[in-house]
Amino acid sequence: MRFYRAHVLVCAGTNCSLKGNRAVREALIREIEGKGLGEEVKVIETGCFGLCEQGPTIVIYPEGVLYCRATVEDVPELVDSHLLKGRRVERLLYREPTRPVAVQTVPELDYFKKQVRVVLRNCGIIDPDSIEEYIGQGGYTALAKALAMKPEEVIAQVKASGLRGRGGAGFPTGLKWEFGRKAPGGVKYVVCNADEGEPGTFKDRLILEGDPHAVLEAMAIAGWAIGANYGYIYIRGEYQLSIQRLERAIEQARRLGLLGQNIFNSGFNFDVEVRIGAGAYVCGEETALFESLEGKRGEPRIKPPYPTDVGLFGKPTVINNVETLANIPPIITRGAEWFRTLGTEKCPGTKVFTLTGDIVNEGLIEVPMGITLREVVYEIGGGIPNGHKFKMAQTGGTSGGCLPEALLDVPMDYDQLAAAGSALGSGALLIMDDTHCIVDVARCFARFFLHESCGQCIPCREGTLQLYHLVDGITRGTGTRQDLELIERLSRTMYVAPLCPLGQTAPLPIMTTLKYFKDEYLAHVDSRVCPTGTCRALATGHAAD
Amino acid sequence: MATVKLTIDRQPVEVEQGTTVLRAAEKLGIRIPTLCYLKDINAIGACRVCVVEVKGARTLQAACVTPVAEGMEVFTSTPRVLQARRHTLELILSDHPMECLTCIRNQNCELQEVSEALGVREVRYQGKTSRHEPDRSTPSLVRNPAKCVLCRRCVAVCQKVQGVNAVQTLERGFDTVVAPAFHLPLGEVACVLCGQCALVCPTGAIHERDQVDEVWAALADPGKHVVVQTAPATRVSVGEEFGLEPGSIVTGKLVAALRRLGFDRVFDTDFTADLTIMEEGHELIKRVKEGGVLPMFTSCSPGWIKFIEHFYPSLLPNLSTCKSPQQMFGALAKTYYAEKAGILPEQIYVVSIMPCTAKKFEAARPEMNASGHRDVDAVLTTRELGRMLREAGIDFSHLPEEDYDAPLGISTGAAAIFGATGGVMEAALRTAYEVITGNPLGDINITAVRGLEGIKEASVTLDGLTLKAAVAHGLGNARKLLDLVAQGKADYHFIEIMCCPGGCIGGGGQSIPTDTAIRQRRIEAIYDVDERMVLRKSHENPAVQTLYREFLGEPLGHRSHELLHTHYIPRGTVPRKEGVAK
Repeated sequence: MRFYRAHVLVCAGTNCSLKGNRAVREALIREIEGKGLGEEVKVIETGCFGLCEQGPTIVIYPEGVLYCRATVEDVPELVDSHLLKGRRVERLLYREPTRPVAVQTVPELDYFKKQVRVVLRNCGIIDPDSIEEYIGQGGYTALAKALAMKPEEVIAQVKASGLRGRGGAGFPTGLKWEFGRKAPGGVKYVVCNADEGEPGTFKDRLILEGDPHAVLEAMAIAGWAIGANYGYIYIRGEYQLSIQRLERAIEQARRLGLLGQNIFNSGFNFDVEVRIGAGAYVCGEETALFESLEGKRGEPRIKPPYPTDVGLFGKPTVINNVETLANIPPIITRGAEWFRTLGTEKCPGTKVFTLTGDIVNEGLIEVPMGITLREVVYEIGGGIPNGHKFKMAQTGGTSGGCLPEALLDVPMDYDQLAAAGSALGSGALLIMDDTHCIVDVARCFARFFLHESCGQCIPCREGTLQLYHLVDGITRGTGTRQDLELIERLSRTMYVAPLCPLGQTAPLPIMTTLKYFKDEYLAHVDSRVCPTGTCRALATGHAAD
Repeated sequence: MATVKLTIDRQPVEVEQGTTVLRAAEKLGIRIPTLCYLKDINAIGACRVCVVEVKGARTLQAACVTPVAEGMEVFTSTPRVLQARRHTLELILSDHPMECLTCIRNQNCELQEVSEALGVREVRYQGKTSRHEPDRSTPSLVRNPAKCVLCRRCVAVCQKVQGVNAVQTLERGFDTVVAPAFHLPLGEVACVLCGQCALVCPTGAIHERDQVDEVWAALADPGKHVVVQTAPATRVSVGEEFGLEPGSIVTGKLVAALRRLGFDRVFDTDFTADLTIMEEGHELIKRVKEGGVLPMFTSCSPGWIKFIEHFYPSLLPNLSTCKSPQQMFGALAKTYYAEKAGILPEQIYVVSIMPCTAKKFEAARPEMNASGHRDVDAVLTTRELGRMLREAGIDFSHLPEEDYDAPLGISTGAAAIFGATGGVMEAALRTAYEVITGNPLGDINITAVRGLEGIKEASVTLDGLTLKAAVAHGLGNARKLLDLVAQGKADYHFIEIMCCPGGCIGGGGQSIPTDTAIRQRRIEAIYDVDERMVLRKSHENPAVQTLYREFLGEPLGHRSHELLHTHYIPRGTVPRKEGVAK
């Protein structure tokens, strides 16, 4: 094994890829070779660091210096200055808006100070295409440990950890596994739900891009725990990079006998297959996902029966979200007690959020459960840019609710956000400043659901359409007070009547915006005024009276 | 079976485990409204009209698919429930053409019924309505997706009962539509036109192609001699069009009603049903004796014929070459009867009253013109006849009982039972036994082939030969038999297949509703008709005997071959233009 004096980690997450990371990486390799440093400096593609806004990002170890927004033109200076002369390139360092001096290394960043990296433990550190690097970080020891335990002990450990499903519903993972274990039947399946469709959510993508083996290892552990020998990863077709890395990771794991027959000579067989979705949001709903996996029209099934009794191909199935699974190996290796030191009592552990919208540090963060929105927005997120004011945050993606400034101090976990009328959901955090019209925002959400309703049940199929038209009418200046009543009435029905969570949560953003920003709706309806000037059919600014 | 105790609206009830809340409520006399639900066929919880509150659940649950649980507390008419149901219905109506008064299903529409039951008095949503053009590509059925509520009963019956899959759910969300694959017209896909979809449709989204006006025009034409034939199954169902109990035997009233409408002769398809037994029975005997292709399949059911042409074309040689009784009738009306009555065949207009939508397609098949003219000119389903009689103001239930005209109106009990699954087989066995053995059959009731069991078997020993027979009804059951035959695993001699569940009494042109219980009552009625007949074996029909003596010569003779037998078209399942034009 070769030792290098410096490692140059280039983020190869999707966001940095969009900003040209590949060209930067190639330029780095050329330049390093050209300067004859090929033997002492290694360039590595790695997963997401989280600071997507600042991409392409590069971290150079051993110092851990973070460079942001690096371009091909910057490469000669980076190599010449940093790698040859040992001088930092000041102009490419990260600048905290609140601090005059540039931040030198990763741990100094405010962005990372409140973060705890459990799920993202390897993201941005290892080469995701290298199983050796994953193993070097302790990878697959959890599987080895689990296989030395009884399945029931593994389940007990996961139950004791208090881990709850990170896909949105927050169902206790250990309990789900126990149901799967106890369900009668010879053939069972483990399914990884990687059909991350919630707008503004890209955590699963970045986890898979940055640490694919973590999910494979966890699936094998789940398989051992419930008695399944086969797993499927159902992933969005758009996630090409994740798919590639997963496929490669599966090959590597098979080659080393970490997937396949008789893993660790335990007699346990487990293999995984990647299946690609075709773009329907509803297929993120677990039973619609099964239908799609089975080659059918992606529509939710009636529950009960629940997947742990009758799941994929009619067999007992445990289906877990990517992030949920990524929590499993550390729980097995470090124990439930350790896991419970993180987060809140009812929601132990961390949560990965994707921070987007009107915020200085857009990107991927991992924080302990129970952190407040205020801490995330102002301490990690760096606040609202361009001198604007915070208006609202949508938590949990499009199917979540919108929270106003007054609720910034609500601790973020499943139960407390639900109590506030929103949802933790998938972990999307969309921040909007005061330039956005709340009705227009609601219209966009309504439109999304109109587009994504599967069409099976009436309240969702017809309700999403009517909801959109009612809200749209308000932005066009034709809305009335009766329309507002109708919206509230329709929302109440849609909240309880549809067949699946898609329809049931479709009215949430409308209900919460109406609840917290009623005055702004009324301005549109009563005075035909759009306070932010977004709705062009209406007058701009506040009404004279 | 384990039982579960729960309360519904605070009333305790104990039911078998696995029972739905809907069924449990019925037990207490609580009728939860439904729309997409259809017993035995469709329970998908999609319309959300049957929602109820279950204590402990945040959302409302669809009663039709929610299984009972121990200690469950269900509330079926809380304000939350009532409001959600009404809103849901209001949402459907917001996307439904309000054409009730001119709709073919006016006053027999489940959407109307449930709107009335739930007290929907206004529709406040005006977002948008779906736009779909009606599909009139087949001679049998018209699809009008604009009236579709997407209950998917048609999809379920087509897939689960008939195994045809002619229609599916396409597109997504508000654009969702039930249609043939790729939005092709129904006439271009492998649809057998059985009309089971029309029978289960709660609204006017799929219905028979209405030919009432064509028949009125023929009746009004002084240059036309209009004769009518009535299918065996219609005499036990048409009464339902006038509010009579399912299974009311109305043969005599039916004849009287048709006379009142102005038909020149009222004849009976039962006459040619007896004739079919003579032809088909002899064909079977010939195949058995001469080593022909076996098992032989019956060929009376036009939906079944189209099915085998689409899905099992390799088995077409197994199909009897006999035309169906409807077509035999038409051919004889324009030859034998024309000759006897001294009327030119081109002046004769043949109308049939059928329980069947596929019969419209069969009548339009271009090869069905034995006399040089179309065998059958117009086919009315039971429902169309009901509409025609109502239009004419005929007070059906108070009509006297009248007899069919001779000679094409004379029949036996064996013909009547053609209307029920197993009937053709039973009629054939009654005749085959006596023709082959020359001995009278002891008990002529061959009950093994009767009833609603999906696939039935029987064997009869005839002069040392054990004739093995099987009966299937509903194409899903037919598939099972056909697969066995195709794999060479079936050693039957004779197989009766009826396209529709229950046979013709459950045909796609019958009165709505038609469900299992109603089918059962019509079946009982049809065996009752048989029991009451003096002659109950086809070969004893004197009019048929005369027909052979005067006109046809002998079964399978030259004239029979020309008039009463046909050939089939391998159609395959790949979409292409066919319909009437093919």
